[in-house]
Amino acid sequence: MHRFANPARFMRIAEAGLPWIAAGSAGCVAAGLYFGLVASPPDYQQGETVRIMYVHVPSAWMAMFVYALLAAASAGFLVWRHPLADVAARAAAPIGAGFTAMALVTGALWGQPMWGTWWVWDARLTSVLILFFLYLGHIALTGAFDEPERGARAGALLALVGAVNLPVIKFSVDWWNTLHQPASLARLDGPAIHSSMLTPLLLMALGFLLYFLAVLTVRMRALLLARRIRALRLAGTG
Amino acid sequence: MTRAFLAVVGRDLRLALRQGSDALAALVFYVVVVALFPLGVGPEPGALERMSGGVVWIGALLAAMLSLDRLFQADYEDGGLDLLLLAPAPLEVLVLAKCLAHWLTAGLPILLASPLLGLLLNMRPEAWLALVAGMALGTPALSLVGAVGAALALGARRAGTLVPLLVLPLVVPVLVFGVAAVEAAAAGLDTAPPLMLLAAASLAALALCPWAAAAALRQAAA
Repeated sequence: MHRFANPARFMRIAEAGLPWIAAGSAGCVAAGLYFGLVASPPDYQQGETVRIMYVHVPSAWMAMFVYALLAAASAGFLVWRHPLADVAARAAAPIGAGFTAMALVTGALWGQPMWGTWWVWDARLTSVLILFFLYLGHIALTGAFDEPERGARAGALLALVGAVNLPVIKFSVDWWNTLHQPASLARLDGPAIHSSMLTPLLLMALGFLLYFLAVLTVRMRALLLARRIRALRLAGTG
Repeated sequence: MTRAFLAVVGRDLRLALRQGSDALAALVFYVVVVALFPLGVGPEPGALERMSGGVVWIGALLAAMLSLDRLFQADYEDGGLDLLLLAPAPLEVLVLAKCLAHWLTAGLPILLASPLLGLLLNMRPEAWLALVAGMALGTPALSLVGAVGAALALGARRAGTLVPLLVLPLVVPVLVFGVAAVEAAAAGLDTAPPLMLLAAASLAALALCPWAAAAALRQAAA
């Protein structure tokens, strides 16, 4: 891990990998959209609206995955002072907030025809909304200090504190009686979903993951360059 | 260690008593916020009674947020925080002492005022006990989680608006179970489960928050 701690080396590797990641993301999303919108059957109960799932579920997974990554990067930053960890956390938070917003919006669009309401205050929806607020709090806190280093440390601590929400989201459908359905994929008796729907779902999830990695790389590169410019400016004036 | 703990509690209480306006301002804010609701939604007794638990609890949350910035800010500005960091007693214990002092000057007045505000909102008398018990079990979590937020935002621009943004999402369980206890009592149901969950929230905060707040204070002073 420390081999990649050098920002210049990271930038070189990221530069080389970025086109491949971006192309993979576009390919997976295109294939996922084809299988999801054309080649998969409508649901016997939900009809065509089931296709919202191919965006909603991967967004929700990514919302949680990005927060887990944010917490892991924050722990890495606090424990090892890894110089890229705080850049990664700062770069990941707005993307995670975007995925969370997308999961909430597509969920509302799906809830309106299926449940007859845009929003219910059940445990799953509320805990995801809180995840969204945690992202916003993290973004606000990291940007609130004149000294970027202070913002990075405070944000890292907040990300770790907020990680208590992740298991609450995951198990909210088991602990409480919610309108939201319980897990269909991660079950001991195998996924309760037909392969014609599972294929596009997993393709979209992979596409979203690669998209996240591509945007993360671009944002990290931008933040590293901004940091270098700031250092040069300070050196120039001093 | 006990002596240092008691010394910090005593100092913060004396400070709060001698410049009493701060603690009083939070309490007045609490009363004003709750009093706005009947004016905003209309004085119809049935509607007020239904929302009384939620309104009183939300007012309590907001009033607790208002008083959080004085938890560490003054010490941060006058250098007292550095002395706390250098003290031989563990910082976690001193943070706990400051949380206790904050609860005594902010949580306790809120707790004592809440039945009166419930009365203003036409809350059923059988729900008062659940409200007070819920406040007694839940408000320590507000002080403890709030200490983490207050410590994280030390020295930030616009810390006053930042702290509620950080703390309120984390104290949602306190609100949910606090209101659940009031509503269960008003409906004649068993209030033990939500009260136990409130106690669990406070105990979890008691176990975790001093460490997080102490870590945040160390990085703020570093």
